[in-house]
Amino acid sequence: MNIVVCVKHVPDAQSERTFNDSDNTTDREGVDGLLSELDEYAVEEALKLVEASEGEVTVLTVGPAGAADALKKALQMGAHKAVHVTDDAIHGSDAPATSLLLAKAIEKIGTPDVVITGMASTDGTMGVVPAMLAERLNLPMVTYASQLTIDGSAVTARRDGDTASETIEATLPALVSVTDQINEPRYPSFKGIMAAKKKPVETWGLGDLGVDAGQVGLGAAWTKVDSFAKRPPREKGEIVTDEGDGGTKLAEFLASRKFI
Amino acid sequence: MAEVLVLVDHDNGEVRKTSAEMLNIARRLGTPSAVFIGSNVQEAADVLARYGAEKIYVVADPAVTGALVAPQAEALAQIAGQANPAAVIIASSSAGKEIAGRLAVKINAGLITDAVDVQAVDGAAQTTQSVFAGSYTVQASATTPTTIITVKPNSAGIEMAQAAGTQVPVDVTLSDVATAAKITKSEPRQSTGRPELTEAPIVVSGGRGTGGDFSPVEAFADSLGAAVGASRAAVDAGWYPHTSQVGQTGKQVSPQLYVAAGISGAIQHRAGMQTSKTIIAVNKDEEAPIFELVDFGVVGDLFQVLPQATEAIQARRG
Repeated sequence: MNIVVCVKHVPDAQSERTFNDSDNTTDREGVDGLLSELDEYAVEEALKLVEASEGEVTVLTVGPAGAADALKKALQMGAHKAVHVTDDAIHGSDAPATSLLLAKAIEKIGTPDVVITGMASTDGTMGVVPAMLAERLNLPMVTYASQLTIDGSAVTARRDGDTASETIEATLPALVSVTDQINEPRYPSFKGIMAAKKKPVETWGLGDLGVDAGQVGLGAAWTKVDSFAKRPPREKGEIVTDEGDGGTKLAEFLASRKFI
Repeated sequence: MAEVLVLVDHDNGEVRKTSAEMLNIARRLGTPSAVFIGSNVQEAADVLARYGAEKIYVVADPAVTGALVAPQAEALAQIAGQANPAAVIIASSSAGKEIAGRLAVKINAGLITDAVDVQAVDGAAQTTQSVFAGSYTVQASATTPTTIITVKPNSAGIEMAQAAGTQVPVDVTLSDVATAAKITKSEPRQSTGRPELTEAPIVVSGGRGTGGDFSPVEAFADSLGAAVGASRAAVDAGWYPHTSQVGQTGKQVSPQLYVAAGISGAIQHRAGMQTSKTIIAVNKDEEAPIFELVDFGVVGDLFQVLPQATEAIQARRG
């Protein structure tokens, strides 16, 4: 079984994330980046599936030079090879353009049995690239899997929705997005870190994918950020220490704000 | 005025409040047309007309509703192909986002997700989003003739605006791949009787500080008629279901009042609640970062503070 896992290199949520003043895009240089935490679950699930049978896990990313770090982490976890789609013209691409690049790269890799993604990136948090990718690859899709089994020609997943817990089946090849409930991602071992250095990483530009520069990047984006503003910090509120009357004071505050 | 499509959010014909909110938004941008996918449209039609739907496109084919969401995107794309809408408004749920993502690629239209406000600016839709864990507010718009927008609950008020509500039956042609993913089993979740987390005006959440005992959190929530949420730590520990998780990888809520009990306030949690109007925290640790956000905070043991507050609330209510 061959699996492609799509991953994203994102600005660290623990640091001060911001935008570029010049073009309103996400600042990916002034802030430390890392493999999106939610993508670690996708990598882990792919590794488990391959370890239980056979095959290879290819990790794929679209992003600037620094995005190679995300691939490196996935290779250290145990992925077999990596593909990095990068090109100056890609800067500012929106979700549809990103999904186009991912789709073209997956076609070039050779459509696998399963494409696995995280549920969303931790920076843009749109959570729509998996659906766009399924649409472009014309694959059935199972979203938000919290449990996954693959048996011959079908994928079965459990999805814990708001009103029901569902079992979903799709024929292979398929695209699956997984939640952070599905597994506990492994930490790279020392052996894994050493082995990753020898694993193949291919770097592809737009020309390798047959994509025209006019189809991607900020200029081709179907949406644009008109303006951004830092939310003013919340005014520090009243903090009391419970001396046996904390609950009463809490109720008084609620009454003063007309909540009761 | 151009049509604006609203994909009706409903439960077997029972229209959810978000649908009325979306129709309100649609009226700012053009002439609202509801798209109703499923059975029991007769239950929904009056409500949809009352909140401004001039037309109601009805897709009743069980093949569309029996499979996962891909067929709904195909249905919507076919309707949009005829109507050339200025915008398509969809609820920001997991299913809604999948439909929106597929639709964007099908009809080559810009997609903006998780809008908390939508206004007409120079005749086109401009959205407001809260990004980077609520630390920034962003205004965005589409560069394509049609804008697809997923909106969060409570992004608009609901207003009566009686319209014709003319029903237009739609026959949809589905591709094979659209029905290749199917729900084979569904176990309904037991209802707690409490309000839905993302729609509730008051949310009370518990975290690590509960030690696994949510009873004071639930009793306090019930005294306020609130929904109950949980931090990721509480969910990972198995104390509360994942569907109740508030945070980056759970639900993003923006209620009138949010109460965090025994929650330290890590970035993961803040991403899910930072835009709440009023925030209260109860935590033993006075250094907990959650106190940076609060309008009112109590440094203390939630097992003492919450029951006392619950009692005081009940006493005031008599």
